[in-house]
Amino acid sequence: MYHSAVWEEPLLIELQETVTENHKIKTVLPASLQRKTPLNIPNLDETQVVRHFFHLSQMNYGIESGIYPLGSCTMKYNPKICEQISSWEQFSLLHPYQDETTIQGTLRMMYELEQMLCEITGMDAFTLQPAAGAQGEFTGLLLTRAYHEAHKDFDRDEIILPDTSHGTNPASAAMAGFKVIEIPSTREGTVDLEMLKNALSRKTACFMLTNPNTLGIFESEITEIARLVHEAGALLYYDGANMNAIMGKARPGDMGFDIVHLNLHKTFSTPHGGGGPGAGPVGVKKNLERFLPIPRIVQKHRTYHFNYDYPDSIGKIKATYGNSSVLLKAYVYILLMGGNGLREASEIAVLNANYMKKKLVDSTLYELPYQELRKHEFVISCDRLLSTKGIRALDIAKRLLDYGLHPPTVYFPLIVKEALMIEPTESESKKTLDDYIDTLLRIAQEDPEVVKSAPQNTVVKRIDEIGAVKNPVLTWKDLQKTTEMTN
Amino acid sequence: MLHDLKLHDIDDLFCDIPEKIKLKKLHLPQGRSQQEIEDHMRGLAKENKSFCELPSFLGGGYKPHYIPAIVKATISRSEFYTAYTPYQPETSQGFLQAIFEYQSLIAELTGMDISNASLYDGATALGEAALMCTRINKKKTFVIPENISWEKKSILTNYTKGAGITIKEVTYDKKTGCIDKEDLKKTIDTNTAGFYLENPNFFGVFEEEPEEINQILQKHQSLCVVGVDPLSLGICKSPGDYGADIVIGEGKSLGNPLDFGGSTLGIFACKKDFVRQIPGRIIGLTKDQSGKRAFCMTMQTREQHIRREKATSNICTNEGLCMLATVTYLSWLGGRGLEELSALNFEQGQKLRKQIIQIPGFSQVFSGVHFNEFVIQCPDARKAQTHLLQNGMHGGLLLEPFYPTLHQCMLFGITELHTNDHIERLLSLLAEVR
Repeated sequence: MYHSAVWEEPLLIELQETVTENHKIKTVLPASLQRKTPLNIPNLDETQVVRHFFHLSQMNYGIESGIYPLGSCTMKYNPKICEQISSWEQFSLLHPYQDETTIQGTLRMMYELEQMLCEITGMDAFTLQPAAGAQGEFTGLLLTRAYHEAHKDFDRDEIILPDTSHGTNPASAAMAGFKVIEIPSTREGTVDLEMLKNALSRKTACFMLTNPNTLGIFESEITEIARLVHEAGALLYYDGANMNAIMGKARPGDMGFDIVHLNLHKTFSTPHGGGGPGAGPVGVKKNLERFLPIPRIVQKHRTYHFNYDYPDSIGKIKATYGNSSVLLKAYVYILLMGGNGLREASEIAVLNANYMKKKLVDSTLYELPYQELRKHEFVISCDRLLSTKGIRALDIAKRLLDYGLHPPTVYFPLIVKEALMIEPTESESKKTLDDYIDTLLRIAQEDPEVVKSAPQNTVVKRIDEIGAVKNPVLTWKDLQKTTEMTN
Repeated sequence: MLHDLKLHDIDDLFCDIPEKIKLKKLHLPQGRSQQEIEDHMRGLAKENKSFCELPSFLGGGYKPHYIPAIVKATISRSEFYTAYTPYQPETSQGFLQAIFEYQSLIAELTGMDISNASLYDGATALGEAALMCTRINKKKTFVIPENISWEKKSILTNYTKGAGITIKEVTYDKKTGCIDKEDLKKTIDTNTAGFYLENPNFFGVFEEEPEEINQILQKHQSLCVVGVDPLSLGICKSPGDYGADIVIGEGKSLGNPLDFGGSTLGIFACKKDFVRQIPGRIIGLTKDQSGKRAFCMTMQTREQHIRREKATSNICTNEGLCMLATVTYLSWLGGRGLEELSALNFEQGQKLRKQIIQIPGFSQVFSGVHFNEFVIQCPDARKAQTHLLQNGMHGGLLLEPFYPTLHQCMLFGITELHTNDHIERLLSLLAEVR
């Protein structure tokens, strides 16, 4: 039975054995500018630091630990060759403001990456600047506004999105200053065309959609959706979080989307890093190209250049040009896979998901609300288990941890009760899928008390998250204060 | 598996895609082997000249620093770099503890009570800070110095337009390079949500009396947002000591490579009064069921996955691994090491500036005390740059394209990575430019 390594690893500040005074360094820095409050940063030796982070790493689950089927996260294998190449000094020791003649390799890489992303998505132009998917969405919404304002259409302040959308969609819309109109999905789990028609108006700036949606269902009515949206004078935005379902099989540009963002740290296999760095490139159709952030990368004869001469550009949304090492890893990944490889990746991702879905549904222990055919991810409900055995999706997730497996995404999308959103990706073999399926089925039949008291084999048991909010301890200074108070 | 699904062909799984939009194939080159890819990438690498081949004195907010081997070793552990956001805390205690340590270190450095787990970079952190000021006091004007980088201005405009925030600028003293306090007094009013003080600023200059600036702001109950170079805080007064409410900055210099402007780290810290308004992820220390110390994401009702359109920010993926590089770096340096490194960078700045202005025709533009960047007026800045490049060196950032009044000016940057040899070569090449 799985058991996590457990180190009672002290905080860095607690590792310091003797507190040595940081000696006052003599500089010609004027006294008025000098630091007053002493720096309470521990002084440790290298061995201590190495062991500290080694211990911490052993208490962390990554893709190399095992299957990581988080829905809408696309936790596929991150090729080692991408890591290796991105660390070469000729790429990592470049200053962003260097003379163009000295950065032709990277400029060419970025230019070619843009071209390849255009081909994959069916869009006409790309910006690589956004640092993450959410920032890509924000950029897309700024482009939307710029487009409408250029057409003297100043009343469009509403964004429509389905109730299955990722939380970043409405958050980005609100940040960009739009009103959010959420429309309920049909009983089949897809966009309700009637609801959409009612919501569309001369105030609609854009409709934001993921396809396949967060239930894993392909929106087959997409060309009709595009027609309705365009007829209303609005733009259609593609949230590319689920792009892994359709690479080489269909393209958002062909479906009628005007603006697209991709998550390179999902579909294009750059590592998640525990929460970044990511990259959220944004692609547009020709009529929006002039609004893209600057600089653009242009090719002249056989050299590459930054071009800032785009008077209609929205300007910048991140300093310099984007998360360069992430872009490079995605570039290498696309070259490794090639067109056929990307297509095959999506096919296997979809096959793996549907296989898992069938096995789980056939067991009757889990339910699959909405239509049957899914793409690379699917959402099952534990509602029956809740009513029959008092077990919730949360309990199942925690019990999976006891088997050394990472849980799926839980309680999303909001329209499914006790949701488990599972996305295996193409990286998993039939054996790992079967193991995961068997474990989910086993847990559904275990003693409910065991499931509800999980996890038992992890570093910590269930955590008092309410206490963390009620009595926030957010730094070791806070901890020292709290300890002093209790003492 | 297809057999188990009672299907014949994998395309059956894509039957719900309308024929009209089904793709036949992607027009991309065939996949290649790792060996072929390496060859191809080596070809691209040859077209780049990195710091090793082309020592550079570029400033502008990004400078190369020495990164000890322990940083790469730590962030190369796949348990860290292949992990997702720590939504299942029981299996992410390692990363969560590292984030908590990062938050603690940043709070120490900046003199603030709390820090988040990072934003994308220092520039977007400014955008988020402006939005946060308005959330706190509902006022609709945000004031900035005229001399922040044009990139930051553009990003700030993009971040604040949607919220209906007006941006106003305050001039700088042309002699010292510091804020023109008279202009500041005229510009700050009851509508000012906050003021952004960059310290050191884009010209490398420290603000002489930040306490005075804070007093001006307090008169109108405007918030004080301070932008820092975190490395300078090893020896410089922390913004907490002069009344900052929010502290932001570009954290790349603490353990992350230049990466052509990528691998950034948006530092964001503030006073505890504002904890419910801060954007981004925050990790808290608590207990588990058995009373054992445990870490988890906390105050999640500020975030997009819970509050959707009512979130404080849309941020989801941030700069997790860059943050881990920074914790490792600071752990290795220690408080003493950071002080020494900070002092060394300051001294390098003074040394280089003094030596450059000894060359006839090259003069110091601003009299204010500077950290490790400073502005020099050259006899012919473009000529100097060309001459340097032809001789295997890169000079500072030409400022005239962004600041037309700064004729022939170059923004130089120097760190502990620049050797005496580099400096001598630079000086002798500059002396050849007439």
